[in-house]
Formats: sequence, C-alpha cells, structure tokens
Amino acid sequence: MSAKQKSEAGITHDGLFFPQERLHEIHDQMLFIRRFEEKAGQLYGLKKIGGFCHLCNGQEAVCVGLHQASEPTDYMMTSYRDHGHILARGSDPTAVMAELLGRSGGIVKGKGGSMHMFDIDRNFAGGNGIVGEQVPVGLGFGFSSWYKDDGRVTICIMGDGGINQGAVYESFNMAALWKLPIVFVVENNQYAMGTSLDRASAETHLFKRGISFKIPGMKIDGMDVLEFEKKMREAMEHARSGKGPMLVEAITYRYRGHSMSDPATYRTRAEVDEWRSGRDPIARLQAQMIDAGLATEEHFKQKDKDIKQQVAAIAKDAEAQPEPDVSELWTDIYNDPIENAYPYPGKVN
Amino acid sequence: MSKMTYREALNQAMVEEMKRDDRVFLMGEEVAEYNGAYKVSQGMLEKFGPKRVIDTPITELGFAGLGVGAAMAGLRPIIEFMTWNFAILALDQIVNAAAKMKYMSGGQYDVPMVFRGAGGSAARVGAQHSQSLENWLANVPGLKVVMPSNPADAKGLLKASIRDNDPVVFIENEINYGDVGEVPDKEYIIPLGVADVKRAGSDVTIVAHSRMTGFALQAAEILAGQGIEAEVIDPRTIRPLDENTILASVAKTNRAVVVEEGWRFAGIGAEISARIMERGFDDLDAPVIRVTGKDVPMPYAANLEAMALPSVAEIVQAARVACGKA
Repeated sequence: MSAKQKSEAGITHDGLFFPQERLHEIHDQMLFIRRFEEKAGQLYGLKKIGGFCHLCNGQEAVCVGLHQASEPTDYMMTSYRDHGHILARGSDPTAVMAELLGRSGGIVKGKGGSMHMFDIDRNFAGGNGIVGEQVPVGLGFGFSSWYKDDGRVTICIMGDGGINQGAVYESFNMAALWKLPIVFVVENNQYAMGTSLDRASAETHLFKRGISFKIPGMKIDGMDVLEFEKKMREAMEHARSGKGPMLVEAITYRYRGHSMSDPATYRTRAEVDEWRSGRDPIARLQAQMIDAGLATEEHFKQKDKDIKQQVAAIAKDAEAQPEPDVSELWTDIYNDPIENAYPYPGKVN
Repeated sequence: MSKMTYREALNQAMVEEMKRDDRVFLMGEEVAEYNGAYKVSQGMLEKFGPKRVIDTPITELGFAGLGVGAAMAGLRPIIEFMTWNFAILALDQIVNAAAKMKYMSGGQYDVPMVFRGAGGSAARVGAQHSQSLENWLANVPGLKVVMPSNPADAKGLLKASIRDNDPVVFIENEINYGDVGEVPDKEYIIPLGVADVKRAGSDVTIVAHSRMTGFALQAAEILAGQGIEAEVIDPRTIRPLDENTILASVAKTNRAVVVEEGWRFAGIGAEISARIMERGFDDLDAPVIRVTGKDVPMPYAANLEAMALPSVAEIVQAARVACGKA
C-alpha cells in the first residue's frame, strides 16, 4: 500500500468520510467511557461512590458523536447522566473519577458528585440534577451567542423523561421565536426511570415535539456512532447558520437501571439482550472497522485490556486522593467571603 | 439632590448600568414595548433597542433559566418578574440553578444576574397577588436578597446588585412605586449588606424593611409624641443581613421590635429576633416583639385586608409593650 493510499484509509458513511485515525479515536473514546462506567458501577457497589450514580452504558455513541460533531467552543449541558458526556468532551478522567469518589481533586472539588460535573474550560455547563432544569439554562447559553454573535452553538441534552417538562416547551418557544443557535438533543433511552416511553408520552416520536414551535426535528440511530455524527453535523450546521434551533432525537438504550439503585425489573432480559448484543455501538463500530480492513480483532482485544488497565490506574489515583479540605465547605457560595457575615455562637469550625 | 419616584430611581439605575456595561440586558414580560407593567422600564427600549430590552412570552420558568445560562456564559442579565407572585413558577431556576451553580461547579461558574420585580401586598388583589416571599428566598445560600424602602436606596442598591457577581433577588414594593424622594445627582452605589439607621432614637429599636420602614417611621413619630424615642433600622439587604448595625442599636436601646409584611411563621422577623437573642441577649431588657402580617392568605374585603397587614398602630403598641409602657 502506498503512503497516499494509507492516509486515505477509512470508512465513508452516507457521504461523510471518517479517516482511520478518527475511527480509532471514536472507538477508543466509546470503549473508554464503557469501561469507566463499569468501574464506577463497581466502586458504587463497594460503597465508595455515594448518592445517585446514573451510568450511560449503551449510550456511548451519543456521547462521542455529539462531541465529534461539535467545536470545542460550542457549549454543552446535560442532565444528571453526565459522566459519558464530560469524558467525551475531553475532561480529565481522573478528576471525573475523583469527583465520583468525593475527593479533593474532583472536577468540581468534591462538591457536585455524579450528577453535577462542570468543566468551564471545555464549555461544559453541567451535570444538572433536576429533570429538565438544564434546558432553560441551555436557552440562556444560546441567547448569549445570539447576543454576542460569537458563532457558537449550544448543545442542550435531555432525556425522554425530561422532554415532557413544561420548562422544555417554554425554552423551545423562545429559542424558535428568537432563532437561537441551539441543538436540543433528546437521548431517548426508552425509559424515564422505570416508566417506559409509551406510558409517559402521548407522542412517542419525540423529534416531532418541536413541530408546534416550528423547530425541525431529526430522528437518529443513537447506536450507530457514524450515522449519529453525520446527522448531528447537519443539525449543528443548521443552528450555526442562523436558521434557529433544531431538535434531535437519538434512539438509544441504557443497559443498566436508571441509576445504580435501580435493578430495572421493569424490562425483560430479552429486551436488554436484543439491544446489548444486537445493536451495541462499540461492537458495531469494531465490526465495521474489521470489515474495512482497518483493524483486527486482536487489536481491539489488546485495546480493551489497555483501557481497562488505564481505568484501573485512574481509579487508584483518584482513591489515593484525600477528601476535600474542610475549609471548602464555606467556599464558592458567594464571591464575597461569608465567614464574617454569618458568625454564630458555638460555631466549631 | 433631585426629587423622583421610586420607579424612576429604579429606571435610572438600570439605564446607567446598561450604558456603562453592554453585557447588561433587561428581559421580562412587557418590559419593552409596553414600557413595563409598572412602568419601571419606561423608555428603555427606545434607548437600548430590542436586543437589550426584550419582551418575553409569559413563561417565567423559561426566561428565568435563560438568565441563569446567559449569566454563566458571561452576560449580566436583569430578569424582571412582573411580580414576585409569578416568580414562584420560576423557583426551580432561582433556587436549584442560580443559587447553587457556583457551589456545584466548584467555583467554576458565576451567575452574575438580578431577578427583580414587585413584591409585597398590593391593594385588594386577593391572595395570589399579595404576598411577601422574601423569607423563602433569603433561606437559600447562594442568593442575595435586597429590598429597598425609598427611591434613593432603590437606585443605589439596584446599581450595586447589577454589578454584583452573584445572583441577586431584588424585591421592589408595588405600593412604593409612586413614592417620591430625594435622590443624589452624582453617581453612587449602596453596598449590599449595609443597613441604614433611618431615624435615631434611644428607647427602642424598630427593625423594618421595604414598605414597613415607612410604617415604622410613622410609628416612631407617634411614639415620640408619647415620650418614646424609637430608632428605626432598615436592613435594606435581607441576605447578607447587617446584624452588627441591629445589635449596636439594641445595645443602646435595650429593646427591639421587628416588623415585616410577610407571614409570621418562619419569617424574616423570626430570623432577626433569633439573632438579637443569640448575640445581644445581655443587652435586652425585654423580649423582642414581632409585628407581622397575619398567617392567612390575603383576603379581598377592605376591612379584612387591612387587618391581615401590619399597621402603624400595631407597631406603636408593640414598641410600648417592649418599653413596659403598655
């Protein structure tokens, strides 16, 4: 193979060319998120991670596809199922793991935990714990880009449960009214906690939910990372070109329960298996890459070993960190120091 | 000094700050083309155009959240609620988003914004439009709560609130909008967290905020005629609360009455009287007395409405009790 041919190796999907290196990058990101989440699940089982812990196993193609389709300057915010997105965004995985463990080096200093992760340097604005809450906030980020005309697009992610909130429709209305550069993304993983889509939503084609606001919608296979990125790029282009918001419905599935405390007994094993073995985004990309002669099974096996080791080392490093200094209790509430403003007798620290 | 109304003073504060900083914008229901439901934003659309003075649909939760996101992205929004009664619809964004974003993000995101609008009781509009909710909001760490009682304070405090880097809940008073007062001609800022002694006195301290400051001053006049000199303190900022000014006054007078328009249960008066007890107990010659709105939804009938609100007579009576002269 000549040098020129080598550099052109890749997969063309629906007109969009994915060069070999990027396919590997996409694959490795998805696999990293998968193994990271499994580790988080394990540490939760050992009671080292507390609180609520919402994993995204199965949804990796959406996390990575969104990131690949956007610019680092674009804004992104999501719900409490945020680990996969912040990792795809490129945040320090040790800091993410340390946050899960409530350690000093946590990405938000141990003050947020699983549901509230932020990375301002990567324009990642949460990690928001109330269903649908992040959508009006995303509206504001989109508004700021319109106000400043800074060319950025806001990717505002919600779940199939979140989309039923009134706050979402208030936001749709204003986003469309003022043609704000926002792509609303619904991760339709079929269940809002334990309630299936058809039990909670009168219109289950969620991409149609913007119609009465004149927001165009797109339904995308969220288990096919190449397809997802391709269509997501179109949505981003729509928003960036001043045409206003776009609504993307990503059809996906979570392999685990809603959170670590949910045994997910509302689903049949057959259903889960159908998604897991039939549509898994990582296995699918691996097969495509092998078919195209871009990688071997051995390569992926070795890669998996490497990533597992990497994640184990990250967890170890994070666990070795101390808990946050107690002085952190009183910081980041206001910009002014509050220590002197609220003294009370009997205060012990 | 110039004479102007409370609403004009608020308008001047916003106009001056928007001229000074192009990141500041005003958004809310009827703020632009209608010039504000209470005419606080009169003429602002003409001055700043539709990109900075923006009419919204009637969707409080949505545009409150828009303000939060815009502030996180580096703008300095002023979000007007037509009244704080409607802001209840937006509480998720005020409490769960604006107040906590800085803490939850480990200090990464500031939320420099002002939520403002009319609070307190109006005249005969019934239970859903007549309420003082400052205790709800002041209860939340991360929020600052500001309540001016006169035009000069309104202007200076609003300018400080717009420049503040934290989310500020700025509660105006519906009945006070037309009040006229002296306002300094030169630019000035009133720092948040600094109380004002509105009247000096030696016999009893009356702490009262917003519209009740005026009631307290009227009561003080009556008390003076009865030989009791009341010192009237307006905290101006509910949170942070200027405890020191209140305690210094109580150290001088040894008696305190706390007045608020809001409900008695778990109200601002409860907080202030608890602080006086905790830190000023040795200075007290009598229990602190609270004069508050009654714990009832606001009735419509004129006589019942008057009974539900604190009155000047009640404040006079409370001060006399505190002084052992009832």
